[in-house]
Amino acid sequence: MKHLLSISDLSKDQAIEILDTASELARLSEGAVKKFPTLRGRTVVNLFFEDSTRTRISFEAAAKRLSADVINFAAKGSSVSKGESLKDTALTLQAMGADAVVIRHGASGAAHQLAKQEWMKGVVINAGDGTHEHPTQALLDAFTIRRHLKSNKGDLSGVKVGIIGDILHSRVARSNILLLKKLGAEVVLIAPPTLIPVGVSDWQVGVSYSLDDEIKSLDVVMALRVQKERMSDLYFPTEREYARGYGLNSERMKQMKAKSIVMHPGPMNRGLEISAESADSQRSVIVEQVANGVSVRMAVLYLLLGGATFKELASSGESM
Amino acid sequence: MSVVLNSGEISRALRRISHEILEKNHGSENLLLLGIPTRGAYLSRRIAGAISEIEKTELESGTLDITMYRDDLRLKAPRTLLPTSIPGGSIDGKDVVLIDDVFYSGRTIRAALDALNELGRPKSVQLAVLIDRGHRELPIRADFVGKNIPTAKEESVRVHLTEIDSLDEVLIEGRSQ
Repeated sequence: MKHLLSISDLSKDQAIEILDTASELARLSEGAVKKFPTLRGRTVVNLFFEDSTRTRISFEAAAKRLSADVINFAAKGSSVSKGESLKDTALTLQAMGADAVVIRHGASGAAHQLAKQEWMKGVVINAGDGTHEHPTQALLDAFTIRRHLKSNKGDLSGVKVGIIGDILHSRVARSNILLLKKLGAEVVLIAPPTLIPVGVSDWQVGVSYSLDDEIKSLDVVMALRVQKERMSDLYFPTEREYARGYGLNSERMKQMKAKSIVMHPGPMNRGLEISAESADSQRSVIVEQVANGVSVRMAVLYLLLGGATFKELASSGESM
Repeated sequence: MSVVLNSGEISRALRRISHEILEKNHGSENLLLLGIPTRGAYLSRRIAGAISEIEKTELESGTLDITMYRDDLRLKAPRTLLPTSIPGGSIDGKDVVLIDDVFYSGRTIRAALDALNELGRPKSVQLAVLIDRGHRELPIRADFVGKNIPTAKEESVRVHLTEIDSLDEVLIEGRSQ
């Protein structure tokens, strides 16, 4: 593994290795040890072309706990055309000696572009590209599910996950579907027909238009944010109608299985896709998802940067 | 490939080490045994078992993963992390005995000392190894040694333990006959 661009680049074993590494790091971080010397001298650049709080802070915390140097590069407001600015930025980062670049970009495929062009030598980690993928979010979700439902071991076989809401615009959903299926979980997408992407039949997942039909059988209820900023077209009549059909509320939560959990990638629209009582309930693991995000991102940084990087191995003639 | 310790010799060596640890520390009250995974962890468990038997107590053994503290991380592909578990949760004030299978350059133990430093402040740190093969690169020595085996650098010492390798034995590979 040289970069982390998409869940589809990972094998099942590699995915499980990331989760196992993260659980070891989480255990160590719970104890006395908060910081490791492992990435001392490595530089991690957070290159964020889109707004983000938790992902950027999470990557920053993860890198700092491994003693890496962190540079935050807020590229927002750049007026240069995308392809060109990305290249120039990459050349700048190369000149500054970045060992890893964590990139969030509004254009799908931006991370891929940065990794495949030979502009810079560092490792590229995709922190969300357009409506394409957000692999570390999927990994932290899988980690959280595994912790609650599979005793923190192995894969996710036998777990049924319902992903509810704006599948169409959601990179979180796309990465989650790929990873959950890779790990053996059953996935069902629950949304109004307008928010289900065309071609969903190729994904080999269940599709339902009714949350009330499905909620009794789910082990994991994953509500997605309604992305109001992308909602200029009429995907559903009103917010109240969406909340009535697809919002998670305490009435619906009474239907859930005894041990099932409620997840949300954040930021939440309380009262729209999830009610305040649901978000703050005993079943909700939403805050834990944020904490797990740091452990998972530490694991990704450790596995990509902790040893000799791919380039260093290639130049010394050793094989991975 | 030649066998330098067989199963009986390994268990006698571990028994002797257990007695020596008890003698040096005047009993097992303040002892904390930490094995370095993979094989050091199994040896630590065996020594803890022997000490429990001798002293008629229940001495637990823990593990200490040193991967994050290695000085050769940059030279190889990333290694998988192994479990760290500290019985009782704290090393503060304890007489810690680190346990490993083969003692060679001393770099593993240096990393282990760094890892311990992050975990707390033990009263003392001692080192028990099954095999000391020489060629130290750092000023570190062992307190308890199963067997000293002079080796050449080209040779490699393999420790097999029943817990993962189906039998107990120590081999030397690459020795010119």
